[in-house]
Amino acid sequence: MADLTAGSVRVDDIQSSYMAQARRRRLYSGIMLAIFVLLMVAGFQTAEDRNGGSFWGGIDNFFDYPAEVIAEAASKAGELPGHLAHFFPALVETINIAAVSTLIGALGAIVLSLLATRGMARYPRLIGVFRRIMDIMRAVPEIVIALVLIFILGGGPVPAMIAIAFHTVGALGKLFSEVNENADLKPLDGLASVGANWSQRMMLGVVPQVAPNWLSYALLRFEINIRASAILGFVGAGGLGHELKVSIQWGQGKYDEAAAMFILLFLTIVFFDQLSSYVRDKLVHGSNAGGH
Amino acid sequence: MAMMDANADLRDQANRLFRQKRLLAFGIPGVVLLYFVYIFFAFDIGGLIQRASADNARALVADVYSHKVHITRDNRSGDVTAAIEGEKKGRFPEGEAPAWVALGDTTVIDLGDGHVITYLPDDNGVTYDVPGYGLMEFTVSRSKGVVQSYPSDEIPEWINASKNRVAITTEAGRLTITRNRTEVFRYFTGWELFFFTLDSPYHGLGFGEVLGRFVTGEAGAILSDFWNNKMWLHKDVYWAIGETVLMAFLGTFGAAIVSLPLAFLAAKNFSPFVAVRFATRRFFDFFRGVDALIWTIILTRAFGLGPMTGALAILITDTGTFGKLFSEALENVDQKQIEGIRSTGAKPLQRYRFGVIPQVTPVLLSQILYYLESNTRSATVIGAITGGGIGLLLTQAMITQKDWEEVTYYIVLVVLMVMVMDWVSGALRRRLIKGDDGGH
Repeated sequence: MADLTAGSVRVDDIQSSYMAQARRRRLYSGIMLAIFVLLMVAGFQTAEDRNGGSFWGGIDNFFDYPAEVIAEAASKAGELPGHLAHFFPALVETINIAAVSTLIGALGAIVLSLLATRGMARYPRLIGVFRRIMDIMRAVPEIVIALVLIFILGGGPVPAMIAIAFHTVGALGKLFSEVNENADLKPLDGLASVGANWSQRMMLGVVPQVAPNWLSYALLRFEINIRASAILGFVGAGGLGHELKVSIQWGQGKYDEAAAMFILLFLTIVFFDQLSSYVRDKLVHGSNAGGH
Repeated sequence: MAMMDANADLRDQANRLFRQKRLLAFGIPGVVLLYFVYIFFAFDIGGLIQRASADNARALVADVYSHKVHITRDNRSGDVTAAIEGEKKGRFPEGEAPAWVALGDTTVIDLGDGHVITYLPDDNGVTYDVPGYGLMEFTVSRSKGVVQSYPSDEIPEWINASKNRVAITTEAGRLTITRNRTEVFRYFTGWELFFFTLDSPYHGLGFGEVLGRFVTGEAGAILSDFWNNKMWLHKDVYWAIGETVLMAFLGTFGAAIVSLPLAFLAAKNFSPFVAVRFATRRFFDFFRGVDALIWTIILTRAFGLGPMTGALAILITDTGTFGKLFSEALENVDQKQIEGIRSTGAKPLQRYRFGVIPQVTPVLLSQILYYLESNTRSATVIGAITGGGIGLLLTQAMITQKDWEEVTYYIVLVVLMVMVMDWVSGALRRRLIKGDDGGH
């Protein structure tokens, strides 16, 4: 009897404390949500105040520009294939910038990430230093380096290439070192026992384990870098972005060219987007199926 | 016999495998190398090295850590003015100059290390005494241009002289003489006027004294003088940083809010209609495929320049990205929890609220926060095009090509901004998804 009442008291206690906890949680979530909504509203208000044109004033004109471009492109539809062919080399340049910078960035990231992973590092005391180097390289937006280099080297693809590669080293380095951390260290011990030096241990012991994941991240980065290289072209580096800027500043009369470039850029991005997600799917899932 | 055949087969197989591996091991680096060679020619890197402007690089590097003070004489009126970086905002008050300049009928400028330049009152005369070389004398007149006399017959290469213009660059400073004006630059290390401009009473005071006055009730005046610094424009710079962060914040979270309901439509296990699923997915692909660059151009036409346009550009592009990521996350939810909720008689909306949302929230928040950091960088670039935030200030300062110390200041701030956002998003992620980081 005594036990029973004690039990029911305990259940009541538990229930009331649970309800109190639930209420408190709900209150906290409510406050968080309110703060978030407030921030969003105030943020949009501030952005609206500091904008050149107003949002509600411009929303009606949203389709004006695309409509103008499409109308002009449609009226000169016959010239479109010619434009596509004409701007193809610029597109190739944009893709080349992305490809080279991804390659260079990935090579740099491989070295830095190996130097910054516990158990693999050549100089274990310097792991922190290499990590900070990667953090800083990752934090520098491409446009900063590109603009400085354009001043020194003049316009063209090289400033964009160096800028994107620099950022890629940091961004991929972080992802690569996460991959490295999951690698099995036993092959390294085995290689060390037969007298392999550091680069041999890395090449033969680590790379085969992590290569599929590295490749998958590098492909994802390649896709991001294509976008970056198009944007950097717009602020002065070469490639399709530059051509796009020229014909957009010209305005009406060259909208057909702009339309051709929009199409090229769109198709390229969609193509590499689909390709990279297909290949990544194969790489990661393929290796998982084998590994587990 | 059969066994030997099998062995031979096996050996063949092994040999083939080795050949393939060897081909791969040498082939991939070979292809990469070939590609680099192609790029070397396609990007004309040889020509680029010749075209690269070492002068620009030197000017840039020097300007990053130093500033110069201009002592200028107008050769028509004879007025002498001193100004930091030669800017109006950095001009010393009338009749005042730094301690190394003695103003008067004859102005004596001591550049240190024995380099002395004198502005003489007659005929706009100038003398420059370079230790180890001698005294150079110049006079300027409307009719004869710059009349020059040098201590040696052969003019050294650090002097660039023509009939109407002389430019002398030494390690102590630089003197240029034209018909219209005579100007001396002296270089100093550090960023001058960073805290207070010359018209502020706090200029030139030590840190301790400013701090003392700060404590004794002048805090408002001190902060306002710093905040409204006309040379470095701290107010505008920090507003610009705020705008960039704002663009990233609004764009990222706006995109998350828009794409979450759409992601349900695109997820296999929540959207029963194949047509709806297909359409939503193509919609996401389209928004991602039309790159941020194109969205920015279109939006700028509609909404003008500013942070709102930048925020919308990020919002639209990321709606596509989040839509794809979220729908993948939704496809991976555990059905058992939803079934459990359903067994208590929950309606569909309640099933989503209590069965799905708690499962996917950590994953989604983690992705959103990751993009918040990456979008801070994108917002810098987009700002350069849409004319908002620190990206705009950066491009403007670079186009004028003279205030590299300001560019450096902006770059440092941008890097700090991204690192802070990285740190904040990382800390939030760890807090929100406790115990989940082991899973990655």
